[in-house]
Amino acid sequence: MTRLPVLAILWAWLFVLLVLPLGIVLAIALADSVDAVPPFALGVSVEAFRTVLTDPLYRDALLASLQVAGVSTAACLLMGYPVALTIARAPVRWRDPLVLAAMLPFWTGFPMRINAWIGLLADDGWLVAALSWAIGAPIRLLYTDAALYLCMIYTYLPFMVLPLYASLSRLDPTLREAAADLGAPPWFGFLRVTLPLSIPGIVAGCVLVFVPAVGEYVIPELLGGPNAQLVGRVLWAEFFANRDWPVAAALAMALLLVLLVFPAVVRAVFLRSIATERE
Amino acid sequence: MSERLRIGNLTVRLGATTVLDNLSLSVRRDELFVLLGASGSGKTTLLRTIAGFARPAAGQIVLDGQDIGGLPPHRRPVNTVFQSYALFPHMTVAANIGFGLRRMDRAAAAARVQDMLSLVRLEGLADRRPNQLSGGQQQRVALARGLAPRPSVLLLDEPLSALDRALRAETRDELVRLRRQLGTSFILVTHDQHEALTMADRIGVMRDGRMVQVGTPVEVYERPNCRFVAEFLGAANILHGIADGDGWIDLPGLGRVVAAASAPGPVLLALRPERLRLETDANEASGANRLHGTMLASVYAGETIAHTVRLADGTDIRIVQSLHNGFGTDPAPGMAVVVSWPAAAGVVLPPDSATPT
Repeated sequence: MTRLPVLAILWAWLFVLLVLPLGIVLAIALADSVDAVPPFALGVSVEAFRTVLTDPLYRDALLASLQVAGVSTAACLLMGYPVALTIARAPVRWRDPLVLAAMLPFWTGFPMRINAWIGLLADDGWLVAALSWAIGAPIRLLYTDAALYLCMIYTYLPFMVLPLYASLSRLDPTLREAAADLGAPPWFGFLRVTLPLSIPGIVAGCVLVFVPAVGEYVIPELLGGPNAQLVGRVLWAEFFANRDWPVAAALAMALLLVLLVFPAVVRAVFLRSIATERE
Repeated sequence: MSERLRIGNLTVRLGATTVLDNLSLSVRRDELFVLLGASGSGKTTLLRTIAGFARPAAGQIVLDGQDIGGLPPHRRPVNTVFQSYALFPHMTVAANIGFGLRRMDRAAAAARVQDMLSLVRLEGLADRRPNQLSGGQQQRVALARGLAPRPSVLLLDEPLSALDRALRAETRDELVRLRRQLGTSFILVTHDQHEALTMADRIGVMRDGRMVQVGTPVEVYERPNCRFVAEFLGAANILHGIADGDGWIDLPGLGRVVAAASAPGPVLLALRPERLRLETDANEASGANRLHGTMLASVYAGETIAHTVRLADGTDIRIVQSLHNGFGTDPAPGMAVVVSWPAAAGVVLPPDSATPT
């Protein structure tokens, strides 16, 4: 019976902070845009959804965001997996310090770190000077896609490393020994035993990186080029610059829908890959 | 009986601890060799060194004439049945068994997997996952997986310890059957002396990283070479005495007894409880040797009864009698009794000071 109050708190929390806001966003998306304060009149209109689905601006922004998030997630996975594997296989006394080191960037506020990157990548910074000298031609980093991807990967890498580490460190080391014992060289044992058994960690890491990366606003706004019209920036523009709240709300709902589908797709893809592995 | 595996002067250190100390051993083709020892005796480390998971500081491991000491685990024609089985949880039973067959062509590998499944009597379970199997079934999958690549030597680390009693006996018989059927050498690690005695062709008794005695079950049980082996395998009454060199042993405070001839000097006389006779009348006592004592207690254990007798010098001696001749005529505590045994039942051992530690 002591569970009931705890559950009540949980449900109240979910209702106030999730269901209610979502309901409000949905209500605004279905409202009519008017020139007033607030700039909408409640109603049941699919006009905003039609705009979002038909106007190529929104579709392109969504696709561009998915691409940036997808590439960043893939890069984080490729870079984060060896890191997580190294930590998981390090001697026990080294593991906690190494995990701490992977999380160390979190100890500084996010705006501070972004500003540090802006300084580092600036046209008159030493990094650009050094690279320009090495290549023999002047280059730019700040406000380019390179800066955008660099900072996305930098920001989200720990979110990939931690679930991967959690998953890899739980694997029974005897399984690797069993693979080697049965004649599997290390790479084969990795592909057939370690990698498939770490799929839950891969899925968790990809979802943790991809979902926030799709809606990322700060990094493209502060470091990306002007052509990086990602969904976060478009949302911001619709909401604050154009004051078209119903379209902004409809776009937000569309984004949410895509993000809800994504984890299911990732799971299905990986589950099929082990299913074929088995044959 | 040709030699399959020879281990020469093997030393393995883990950090500052010497786990295996200058150990030598020879295992024959088609033999079921049991490594018996208490935990910490180094028997599992020996197994892991043969498999390639522990690096020796010195010594050779020669398999079928080839020194495999420098090879990584995946290049050794040796497979292991791990104590925890270490089945791959994401693979079916068939994929687990076929894991070591990746160099064979598909059809041959599939046929081998089928052979192995029928060998361990799991034909119907090829598509199950390990977590859908009972402990005994998992154990048999681990066995089939280890045998599938036809290793020269199969290493088994306490393969029966996770099984209940009935399953343990069944698996034990199965191991003996498989070994005869396949002609692979088995090296099995256990701390259970009963398991060792019933399964082994030969037993190696280990202590503190050394091989104390190697021999058939009959040899190590009936003719242990030191007090440790006598007491580790079964129970033994140990009496201190002085041998005269002609087969007589003077037991101070008890008298003279006859035993196998040994070099003169201090010795230990080991007497198995089940080889001793207990009589109330000295005239009825059979056997060359007799010691007088007082009955202390009896413990009834169904098929046997264990008596404790206090000898004249205060030593307590255990006697185990089979109850196949009936029950109810045993002497009561406090009665004067005679313990007797034939000369051949006594085993003369070096004194504690001469035993390697």
